[in-house]
Amino acid sequence: MDLNEAQVRVLSLIHDANEKFHKIPGSAIILRYIKSSYQNDPVRSVFELFLFLFAVHYVLAPAYSTQKNKEVSLTEEEIDELIDDWTPEPLVAPLTPEEEMENEKRPVIVGPTGPKSKLSNGRTVTNLASYNFHNFVANETLKEKAIQALRTYGVGPCGPPGFYGTQDVHMKAEANIAAHLGTAACIVYAQSFSTISSVIPSFSKRGDIIVADKAVNFAIRKGIQISRSTVRWFEHNDMEDLERVLKRVVKEQAKKPLTRRFIITEALFENVGDIVDLPKLIELKLKYKFRLILDETWSYGVLGRTGRGLTEAQNVDATNVDMIIGSLSGPLCAAGGFCAGNEEVVEHQRISSSSYTFSAALPALLATTASETIQMLQDQPEILTSLRESIKVMRAQLDPRSDWVMCTSSPENPIMLLVWKPEVVASKNLSVADQNQLFQDVVDECIANGVLITRLKAMPKAIGASANEKEWQPTPALKVCVTSGLTKKETEKAGVIIRHAITKIITRRK
Amino acid sequence: MPTRTMNPFATSNPSPALDAINEKTDTQRRQSFTKGNKLASLFGGGSPRTRSEAAALQAAILAQQQALQRSPSPQLNSTSPLLPTINLTTATGEKQPSETRTLLQPPSPEEARKIAKAHAQFGPLGSPKHRYVSKHVGEFAEPIEDTPPMYFLITTYISYLILIVFGHVRDFFGKRFRKQHYSHLAEQDGYAPLNSDFDNFYTRRLKMRINDCFSRPTTGVPGRFITLLDRKSDDGNNTFKLLGTTTETLNMSSYNYLGFAQSEGPCADATEVIIKKYGVSVASPRSDSGTSDLTLEVEDLVAKFVGKPASMVFSMGFVTNATAFPTLVGKGSLIISDQYNHASIRYGARLSGAMIQMFKHNDMRDLESRLRKMIAQGQPRTHRPWKKILVVVEGLYSMEGTMCNLPALIELKKKYKFNLFVDEAHSVGALGPRGRGVCDYFGVDPSEVDILMGTLTKSFGANGGYIAAEKSIIDKLRTQNAAMLFGESPSPAVLVQIASSLRIITGELVPGEGEERLQRLAFNSRYLRLGLKRLGFIVYGHDDSPIIPVLLYNPAKMPAFSHEMLKRKISVVVVGYPATPLVESRARFCVSAAHTKDDLDRMLAACDEVGDLLQLKFSSGIAGGAAPEDLPRNEYAMERSRSKPNPPRWRLQDVLRAGVEDVQLPLR
Ligand SMILES: Cc1ncc(COP(=O)(O)O)c(C=O)c1O
Repeated sequence: MDLNEAQVRVLSLIHDANEKFHKIPGSAIILRYIKSSYQNDPVRSVFELFLFLFAVHYVLAPAYSTQKNKEVSLTEEEIDELIDDWTPEPLVAPLTPEEEMENEKRPVIVGPTGPKSKLSNGRTVTNLASYNFHNFVANETLKEKAIQALRTYGVGPCGPPGFYGTQDVHMKAEANIAAHLGTAACIVYAQSFSTISSVIPSFSKRGDIIVADKAVNFAIRKGIQISRSTVRWFEHNDMEDLERVLKRVVKEQAKKPLTRRFIITEALFENVGDIVDLPKLIELKLKYKFRLILDETWSYGVLGRTGRGLTEAQNVDATNVDMIIGSLSGPLCAAGGFCAGNEEVVEHQRISSSSYTFSAALPALLATTASETIQMLQDQPEILTSLRESIKVMRAQLDPRSDWVMCTSSPENPIMLLVWKPEVVASKNLSVADQNQLFQDVVDECIANGVLITRLKAMPKAIGASANEKEWQPTPALKVCVTSGLTKKETEKAGVIIRHAITKIITRRK
Repeated sequence: MPTRTMNPFATSNPSPALDAINEKTDTQRRQSFTKGNKLASLFGGGSPRTRSEAAALQAAILAQQQALQRSPSPQLNSTSPLLPTINLTTATGEKQPSETRTLLQPPSPEEARKIAKAHAQFGPLGSPKHRYVSKHVGEFAEPIEDTPPMYFLITTYISYLILIVFGHVRDFFGKRFRKQHYSHLAEQDGYAPLNSDFDNFYTRRLKMRINDCFSRPTTGVPGRFITLLDRKSDDGNNTFKLLGTTTETLNMSSYNYLGFAQSEGPCADATEVIIKKYGVSVASPRSDSGTSDLTLEVEDLVAKFVGKPASMVFSMGFVTNATAFPTLVGKGSLIISDQYNHASIRYGARLSGAMIQMFKHNDMRDLESRLRKMIAQGQPRTHRPWKKILVVVEGLYSMEGTMCNLPALIELKKKYKFNLFVDEAHSVGALGPRGRGVCDYFGVDPSEVDILMGTLTKSFGANGGYIAAEKSIIDKLRTQNAAMLFGESPSPAVLVQIASSLRIITGELVPGEGEERLQRLAFNSRYLRLGLKRLGFIVYGHDDSPIIPVLLYNPAKMPAFSHEMLKRKISVVVVGYPATPLVESRARFCVSAAHTKDDLDRMLAACDEVGDLLQLKFSSGIAGGAAPEDLPRNEYAMERSRSKPNPPRWRLQDVLRAGVEDVQLPLR
């Protein structure tokens, strides 16, 4: 830097300082202090000053502590007595009959999972309960690559990414995903389920605002809970309601200091199966200046020509979405999750997203598998077309043809969620528990006929939550996961079995 | 350059040869390093991150793969004359026949390469003396925490002050003259910044300076040695460029306690078989169709191993904690948690909705007084009695190297009727004569602890976590645990790694090997710890802990220490605020059973040099390391006064000479 330039800078600085000095009358020292710590934001400075004065007032106020006041003073003997008297509840409540049934009926697969799986009772069933949509599990090339990685890296990376746990394969997987999606950067987590629960609180803090769909999945809810942000819910997939909420938030917050604002929703809903209207969402987000966190856990590797997810399916540039969260463990049959976005978004997570920073990295062989499957999806778009064929075949057996259930999933979604039709629920007067029980009977009936399907799981209730706290719960549903590992005939046959099982169970009920 | 001003040692020349012990092994490795440096200067002044990074990454992967095929491990030269001693080691997965031949007949080059590769992951046992049984003896004593002379504390505070002032000054000017660099901190186009200026200050102005010590990319097996991808930054650690070269370093950083990070041997062989049969995924949550025979088998093994009736496994240790607490406690319950508990415990505790209290690290008196107060007062406002109280501790603390005081906790538990949750992430496998964790180490019946949680990431070289408890508890968790309902199941490949490493530890597979691993780990931990104490370092933690934090204090010493060690081809972890208290920046060494005594001697020699260079030897002697009177072969012993210990400043030769025997005695 030459002298001239320095001089100019110093001069402009003095000028700057002078200007400020005139604007706000007061002691020069305080002014300088305020300026150096709060930089150009008088509102904040005033706010801080106010807080400071309040703190002084608080400290000087007569010493009545709210804490102490409420504490009962006791002698040591009394305390000992209270301790003797205290009987804690057992650590866990006893199992309810439903829970017992669930433990009993949980299927155990012997040997590899696949379109045909062997259960622990010795029977081989058609497996429509796993996310092995493209049957990558059985792919020999993938196995070979995984073994190569095993022989180069061992299994575990034995450390978190920050401490020598970042391996070249992780960097490669990140680069591959980013390139696939068309985002600037990407970060790979060791588990998909917890990814979004960790991404949300790394950005959204106390005082920030989250607007979320009512039907979002459990992991998102937990992320929101941990973030301690203010949350507003909008009706499931209702863009008009979303706009209404956004408008209200903007209006409410107009006078307050600007905080971070996020819209959080899913691309394919885990609990409903339907699809979000991304172009509309982008339009709203831009209009009201919210950031968009999109959970593509169930759509990455499923939607779009090459499995890029919702952005590809609806022709939206992925850079329009601030954070895309996806899974490498479901359809991709590897393990781990990711968050893609711009460099800033990704680098921020590397140091402040707890399930990334404080957890061991993904095993190298699984990262390699993820890279390979992404490559396969890109190179062989027929993988996806054949899955869609299978979905069509299965849907044809179930949705329009069953008098009892309907499918809430989007036609592109290989996870078909079947709920009892409203008229069935009404005419048979089915409670939520009844619906679940009936579906469990359907599941049992299907397994007896050689088709493994499952039920949508309700979200576990918080312990100690009072009974009148009504949390959103998904409608009881049957979950049928289509796989292209089955032939058209086999899929059709399985569909028929499921349909017949439904009919059999529901007609048995008066 | 900002990084330079902070690190006065960065420009100093690499110190000459390491020491006599490692002369031979080191010449070769240093070559690759200098090569890297030359390349670095070739690429010097390049552009920011471009496509060439991908190319460099590719090149590095290629180089690594070739390297592995050719296996130029420097170990080859030094170990082949010693080959007969290899027979003591069963842990490297060598085929037994080589044993009979090695004495007279040198192995074929092919075999020699294989052996060298195996030894780079798991070193051979040098002598049967290099073993020790990890077991608690006597009273539980809090490790004595030494403090450095006042001078170092004051300079540490001053360093932070300077850093903070500089940071603010740079921010002040930067925000005026380089607006584009600060745009991400300002409100932009109606969006609040993603990073708040204040939260980001520490990262931007302090951590960024030493960023090159973190997240160093690696390749290959994180075993006895770890291969780093060389990288370089042209913009003050904002971005890094890979140089396409690699450096093989002694691995003092991975949580590879029992040395199961191996790409050869029974675990890897079993994993390969399972991948061929099962693929790498079960593609479903546990409660849908993600439970396989393998999962149940591993759960059974884990339960038996830790001594509980039942267990369940998860695909991530963090999530194990994050989802466990909400299934155990909730509103109306109280969690009392050690102040240094891991982030995952805090995360889970917060999710549960229970009230959270913290007690001072390992301070049983503080815990008791809190218990008394909380039980007596009941829930806030209503004063209703607590539904449950869950005390949460870790078996072995990963930043402190301390163990929980399990015997005292059990006593308190009897009196105060709380439930006890022990996170054994670092202790399972690493502690106890049979490697079963803290219960084993203290000789406590596992049934005294309600919940034993642990991770499979560390000692077992796999991934994931587990919870072990009474069957009724596990049965309940299976229906309620969110990770069980919605999270992915552990991969078959990972499961079989867990199963086979567990079987090796119990002696079911390759009898004798598990025991060797356990005892070598205990020996190595004590040997390095004792050596560091004798050299004059302030070391935290219990004697049998494989985690050895060495205190650095001054923030500038973190990068300096890390760089100096890297120059000597040793990778270490340095941690500072916020992971530790502000003044207690430290380097943390994780000892492994894969290390040989020679590796540790090399480590001690390096620490000795760097300690002198950076003025790190400031122990006062109260925490041990002083020369025992009954070893008069040491000149310091004579001078040692009884009341006030002399600061231990052993010469390296003396440390190495006396170490093996003294490890067997109570450390002092
Ligand atoms: C005490 C403790 N608990 C849990 C974990 C998380 O385990 P994982 O790395 O398997 O996610 C760690 C890891 O660092 C830990 O130290």
